[in-house]
Amino acid sequence: MPSLTDVMTADADLAKAAGIRTMAAKGAAPEDAFVDWLCRMGDNCLVLGHRVSEWCGHSPVLEEDIALANTALDLIGQTQLWLGLAGEVEGKGRTADNLAYLRDAAQFRNVLLAERPNGDFGQTLMRQFLFDAWHMEMLRALQSSSDKRVAEIAAKAAKEVAYHLERSADLVIRLGDGTEESRARMQKALNVLWPYTGELFLGDAVDQGMTEAGIAPAPESLKAAWDRTVAEVMVEATLDLPQGTFQHKGGKQGRHTEALGFILADMQFLQRAYPGGTW
Amino acid sequence: MSSAVLPDIQMVRHWLSQVPDPEIPVISLTDLGIIRDVEWQGDTLVVTVTPTYSGCPATTVINLDIETALRAKGIEKLRLERQLSPPWTTDWITAEGREKLRAYGIAPPVDGTAADGRLAGRVARLAGTSNLVIACPRCGSTKTEKVSQFGSTPCKASYRCTDCLEPFDYFKCI
Repeated sequence: MPSLTDVMTADADLAKAAGIRTMAAKGAAPEDAFVDWLCRMGDNCLVLGHRVSEWCGHSPVLEEDIALANTALDLIGQTQLWLGLAGEVEGKGRTADNLAYLRDAAQFRNVLLAERPNGDFGQTLMRQFLFDAWHMEMLRALQSSSDKRVAEIAAKAAKEVAYHLERSADLVIRLGDGTEESRARMQKALNVLWPYTGELFLGDAVDQGMTEAGIAPAPESLKAAWDRTVAEVMVEATLDLPQGTFQHKGGKQGRHTEALGFILADMQFLQRAYPGGTW
Repeated sequence: MSSAVLPDIQMVRHWLSQVPDPEIPVISLTDLGIIRDVEWQGDTLVVTVTPTYSGCPATTVINLDIETALRAKGIEKLRLERQLSPPWTTDWITAEGREKLRAYGIAPPVDGTAADGRLAGRVARLAGTSNLVIACPRCGSTKTEKVSQFGSTPCKASYRCTDCLEPFDYFKCI
């Protein structure tokens, strides 16, 4: 395997050649693509965690309210690990908090699926399931990462995500194979969210660099297992997989929908209004 | 503090065994199995702690409680380190800790270990109904049902006993 430095340099060049606005393309430091990739992992958890936390106090029943809050809590905890490592690798003294609260939308690297509005309870659960099924496969693969710190975070997070996946799959099945009303809502949720799933498996120069360095799997390599999980659950849920092939993309490179701006306006308000404020 | 009077490690562990978990105060930090190491590095005491869940809000409080308890015992130079790997598992909850949980009304983890493949099995099973038998911590009946996979804290699930009708928390395996 080539040394990390060589690979990262090559990756930065690739990113430039592809005209992709990544941190790697802007800076000369070889770690930049790695930082970018770590932000993708962290931002997925942060943005989805924030979205899920919006349900706190609003869920249909108390148990679901608690379950969603706990899921959000796990995701925010994982955010601290990923963004904490991103700050450490970057080496400019930025903490996980700095990265979460002081970057603007164009610097966020989450997939578009994570920032989709909650919709109704069914749509929130469908988004969670589609993400969890990917997250589980990703974390499984990352446990054999060539970077020990990445492998350790993945091993920790995988245990939590196993519970997320079990729960979201269970509820997608119960609501899909439920009443006429609940089935219609779940089918609609699946149709609406489907065009946002393709980005999870779309690799770019940053991913290629990570794969070559043995840090992370190629995004495309996770698709077969994800397809299998999703197909199995949808059969049980009596839902039809959408046939459309159009897929949105861009979140991983910082091109977001307007939804992210609203999330950040809410999430970052305090640090923007009162810089450095603490409890 | 001169090296001649540094308390020995067993004594420090004993002190830590008296620090309660902030959210489930009936068990101690050592019962919970989150104290991974205690050692003297020169005249500095280094306590290595592993988090339970990544987002557990008790983590900060736990660190503060450790520091407060050890300072009260006269430890001046103290450093807390976080260790992620190997990740915490409920297997590390001591037998004594499990009994304390049960007596407190929380069913202790029973479905084996995260390492024995049960976790992977759960994922593969996806929505299959749980085959775990969780005994009611109050009446001992095994006729119980899961209400929700998440309970009052991330580490617990909500159950209900269909015999004595009590709702209770189950400390789920991770």
